[in-house]
Amino acid sequence: MFKKSVNKGMEKVKLFATWSSPFVKRIIWALKLKNIEHEIIYEDLANKSPELLKYNPIHKKVPVLVHNEIPICESLVILEYIDETWKDAPRPLLPKDPLDKANQRFWAKFSDDQVLPSFYGYIMKQGNEKEEAKETTLAHLKRVEQLLSEKKFLSGESVGFLDLVFGWLAENSRPLEVVTGLKLFDEDSFPNLCAWRDKFLEVPAIKESWPDQETLIAKYQEINLSKGK
Amino acid sequence: MVGSEVILLDFWPSMFGMRVRIALAEKGIEYDYKEQDLPDKSTLLLEMNPVHKKIPVLIHKGKPINESCIIVQYIDETWKDKSPLMPSDPYTRAQARFWADYVDKKVYDALTKSGTLKGEEQEKAKKEFIEILKVLEGQIGEKPYFMGESFGYADIALVTFYCWFYTFETLGNYSIEKECPKLIAWAKRCMQRESVSKTLPDSKKIYEFFMEMRSKLGL
Repeated sequence: MFKKSVNKGMEKVKLFATWSSPFVKRIIWALKLKNIEHEIIYEDLANKSPELLKYNPIHKKVPVLVHNEIPICESLVILEYIDETWKDAPRPLLPKDPLDKANQRFWAKFSDDQVLPSFYGYIMKQGNEKEEAKETTLAHLKRVEQLLSEKKFLSGESVGFLDLVFGWLAENSRPLEVVTGLKLFDEDSFPNLCAWRDKFLEVPAIKESWPDQETLIAKYQEINLSKGK
Repeated sequence: MVGSEVILLDFWPSMFGMRVRIALAEKGIEYDYKEQDLPDKSTLLLEMNPVHKKIPVLIHKGKPINESCIIVQYIDETWKDKSPLMPSDPYTRAQARFWADYVDKKVYDALTKSGTLKGEEQEKAKKEFIEILKVLEGQIGEKPYFMGESFGYADIALVTFYCWFYTFETLGNYSIEKECPKLIAWAKRCMQRESVSKTLPDSKKIYEFFMEMRSKLGL
């Protein structure tokens, strides 16, 4: 398959992406936080490029990070790869302590396996299923709220791995609220979560990434319109 | 909990628990094994894994670590002076993580469906499961283990399913060895390691456990 080559030349980093994938955005943020020059290739998932299929033959999905022609797939794997390869530039995404690391990995899995599916279930489903998804998501969010009880960011004093992993929630909650009218959490019930969302979106690397909040609203509205709602 | 620095909350037939037992054995770590009665979860289990209420849970110096793959990485990073379970360079580590993740996403559901579904659905499930195994077989290729010469994280993620193969082969009336001989050869190679052979229960014992559990559930 792909053999790792010793390349002392220029570091070439490509990211196969879509504008809407919550798993892609976290990689873009990581690359920006680490000041890694990169090229983004936006894919049309209905018409996947031969390159994407070559680099991710198993899952055929985005994101795929290609570093000097070598692909790495699965967003959580990519984040750890970036952190280990560009070690201190400017600071690590994951903590050094094994227990802290294990905890961040646990909550990262919680984000992707539990919170994200139930949140999007709440947005997309109808009737009883919508109500159930809402209750489940609220229960999950209460745990995240607790995680933030003594911390500025999910990763601690500064933005890190776990913030990038939960970043989809910070980034999409307000735009989706605007477009669908569905408000899942407010400042009164989730003060820590709302404060974290604001702080996260103000981090320069996050703020400067495309699409921004306004663009997201426009794009979500477009999707709604095209479905004839 | 008096005196025990490392405690494992586990359930003997769990392939996820077995991953942790193999990792602990590879590192030569002494620990206090606490068998959990799963229908009747202990206070300790509920306290140490309030989110998922599942085994395995590793308790180290009073602090819990949950999720089998996360626990294995924790063990490797904490007891780092002996028998590394992860490769040393970032790219190969990413590969090991990718394949362990692939096993987690695909193997459990596909394996169980191949034995528990009926008729045409079962045939479809068997085909799907064999395809998944062939992908894994392809990744191992001519190497002794997933990542090369050394037994490690990705091998641990998959090998614990080996003792469950007999159960689903019997229920599904098919032979995994016939379809994926190289994969079985890899599994047998892993079984030559004491950490694996002493951890994996006998396949027939697993089968008896599974059949008893199903009859209790009225299936």
